[in-house]
Amino acid sequence: MSLVNFTSREITCKIVYYGPGRSGKTTNLHYIYERVPETRRGRMVSLATQTDRTLFFDFLPIDLGQISGFSTRFQLYTVPGQVYYNATRRLVLQGADGVVFVGDSQARQLDENIESLQNLQSNLLEHGVDVRTMPLVMQYNKQDLPRELILTAAELDDALNFRSVPSFSADALHGKGVFETLKSISELVLKKLAAGSPAA
Amino acid sequence: MTTTLNPRFTFDTFVVGAANRLAVTAGRTVAENPGSAYNPLFIYSGSGLGKTHVLMGIGHAAKSLAPQLNIEYLTLDEYVEAFHAAIAAGQGDAFRRRFQNVGVLLVDDVQFLTNRKEMQAELLRLTEALQQAGHQIVLASDRPPAEIADLDERLISRFSGGLVVDMGIPDYETRVAILRRKAEGRGIAFQPGVLETVAKIEFPNVRELMGALNRIVAFQAVHDSPVNEEAVRKVLGVASSGVGSPSVASPRVASPSVASPDEFSQFLTDVTATVGKAVEAWRAHVGEAVMRWQGQGYRTGRLEQLLDKDKPAAVDDEIAAYMRDVERLKALEAEVATLDPRAAGDKVFHDPDRMDEAEAAAARVREGAAPPPAPSGAFPLESFRAGPSNEVALSAARDVIAKPGKKYNPLVIVGKSGLGKTHLLNAIGLELSKKKGSIVACLSTQAFVDELIAAIDGNRVDWWRARYRRCTALVLDDIQLLAGKERTQEELFNLFNQFLDAERQLVFSAPAHPNTLEGLEERIVSRLEGGLVAELGEPDKDVRRSALEGLLRQQRVMTDTALLDYLADRPVDSVRSLTAVVQRVIEAAAAQDAPVTAALARDVLEGSAAARRSAGARTSGFVVSSAGGVRSREKMVWDWPTAADRVIEDMR
Repeated sequence: MSLVNFTSREITCKIVYYGPGRSGKTTNLHYIYERVPETRRGRMVSLATQTDRTLFFDFLPIDLGQISGFSTRFQLYTVPGQVYYNATRRLVLQGADGVVFVGDSQARQLDENIESLQNLQSNLLEHGVDVRTMPLVMQYNKQDLPRELILTAAELDDALNFRSVPSFSADALHGKGVFETLKSISELVLKKLAAGSPAA
Repeated sequence: MTTTLNPRFTFDTFVVGAANRLAVTAGRTVAENPGSAYNPLFIYSGSGLGKTHVLMGIGHAAKSLAPQLNIEYLTLDEYVEAFHAAIAAGQGDAFRRRFQNVGVLLVDDVQFLTNRKEMQAELLRLTEALQQAGHQIVLASDRPPAEIADLDERLISRFSGGLVVDMGIPDYETRVAILRRKAEGRGIAFQPGVLETVAKIEFPNVRELMGALNRIVAFQAVHDSPVNEEAVRKVLGVASSGVGSPSVASPRVASPSVASPDEFSQFLTDVTATVGKAVEAWRAHVGEAVMRWQGQGYRTGRLEQLLDKDKPAAVDDEIAAYMRDVERLKALEAEVATLDPRAAGDKVFHDPDRMDEAEAAAARVREGAAPPPAPSGAFPLESFRAGPSNEVALSAARDVIAKPGKKYNPLVIVGKSGLGKTHLLNAIGLELSKKKGSIVACLSTQAFVDELIAAIDGNRVDWWRARYRRCTALVLDDIQLLAGKERTQEELFNLFNQFLDAERQLVFSAPAHPNTLEGLEERIVSRLEGGLVAELGEPDKDVRRSALEGLLRQQRVMTDTALLDYLADRPVDSVRSLTAVVQRVIEAAAAQDAPVTAALARDVLEGSAAARRSAGARTSGFVVSSAGGVRSREKMVWDWPTAADRVIEDMR
């Protein structure tokens, strides 16, 4: 997928929110959706089950308008967290320019986080992408829960962030850390674009 | 087409009070965060309460915060006109692109969308496009969206979807503050209590408040001593008890704004900076230039060729050369637009690769331009008779001649028939036209109306408008003749605004104060009242004597003091009546083959019936001047000194 198109003067970034089930990926997108002016956002497509679990994926297109003469669009996706939807996750991950890993800060969810991170790595490999070259940021969600239930950001960094990518504490339900995360992944994606040779 | 922002209309020069605080705060917010705070922002208020000032204030503030921002201010009529010109020239798409590329669009007087379905659709499209692109649109009207007759529901909901604020009539304290600031700005000092007295009058708008201040300034200028409170009441025609209590109008919000998108705005700013760094700088530079000029309807082939190259040598030089060509094209187009708007739509003015053709096209238009009617040379300022009865008007006229557009704009000369309004107007016009580069249009309102009708008939309204728009001053005699001429009033209203914005002088005459004239729209009246309304009084003895000397000299009559004294003491209500008196005496003298003396004049004007009959003036009621032209009967009423005599005359 061509990130920057000089002929049509377009920049399109595909960012995927990845993570275990119920970690708050859709909540991130909802928060962003509510903050984006109506005129700049497309319809948020959300395919959920009756119990509000993401069945297929969420998709939120955002039009950032003209930036440096380029028509700039962000496409935000979430993947379904449950283990048995791996085919969908792999599909959504195809052509991603950056990944936000939304981890669940609850101590009892640590294994699910690790499992999901490994799943991300293997799915990227399926697409021939080395996770080390993919722009990635970590978001430790639900940091608003009682301290005795969760791990601190530092503890989660030790457990999950062995590549020392940017990481953020978050409370996606109330918006804390949501835009910081989005900003960070956007910068990484766009910097990678600057380093690579742009397609004409 | 787009009006330049008036440098005086900034937030710094706007006096904020309870009645307009919300509008100004919203305006400032919009200027600081164009496209994200309240979009669209819709401001409404009655005429003369500062809508245009706030609109332009937003423009100035936004420009100072982001100099690269493309800001346009225009009235709805200008927009409509530009649209029609673009459609006529087959440039509709370029026109739309151009406006969609504006960062902050300020549209004034949108109430004129009434009954313009086509423009409503166009504006709806534009508003949607601007909002989608994150560009700001600010609209001003004299009424809220829902009250604009026949306005499309979709437009109403879109206008109301941002923030709708009104501006009320300033309260007493604000009025005092406005007057003080204006007086300070003009370097004029008043006695304590004077401005407060003016402020106590509840003027319906700020423009009329300024008109009152102008009257006080003019009054003080011609009298040696500073005006006091009593004089103020007299000049403004209010009784001591006639001043009302200050009223406070409270602003209200008609519709809540959307949820604050601040987090998103911040994100957008950050991403913009990152993209700027990420995209190869020179390509981004060229890309921006292409977008910018394409958006304004210019052909950009030359720049697009640069993008195809790997790394051109001198990108900046190429862009600079292109921009120079565009600037030249803009200048040519602007010049042509003032001469013939239809010709300005020519595609050649939008193609920097066809500079020679553009120059040639502009030269052709220059040759065919015709100037508007000029002031008559028969009314020089030197021959205007000065005296206490007209010194305020004459002094104002001199100020206008010295500082056209700056001091009293508009200047409205009021007075009864025959007091010299036309003379003074033409004299001002003549003096103004002596200035280098000036084009002064000076004509009667009737001629103005007739010209417009002929232009509409000949489908040349654009050309007609252009003739007046390029004038440096507009002088219209007998403005009361606009009554009932709706289309002419609309055209004049637009001209009015353009002239005021560009500080070009407007001078009018009327038989009475504009606010007493019937059939004039309120927006015209308030603008007329907003300058200086100066009265010409009935000629005093100085004026009569001075006029007599001139008249007699003109008729080659030897004058003696006795004759002058006698004639100057005659009760006349206008210089024109005086002319008729002199004419009668001269004709009587000619009939009797006698010299014009005081005795003969007395004989003719009050003497025996025989003398009068021999003068041949009473039988018709018309006096034929030796200089040609017919004086009307109404001017001759004084000829019958007693009612009984008049009855006998009627019986014949």
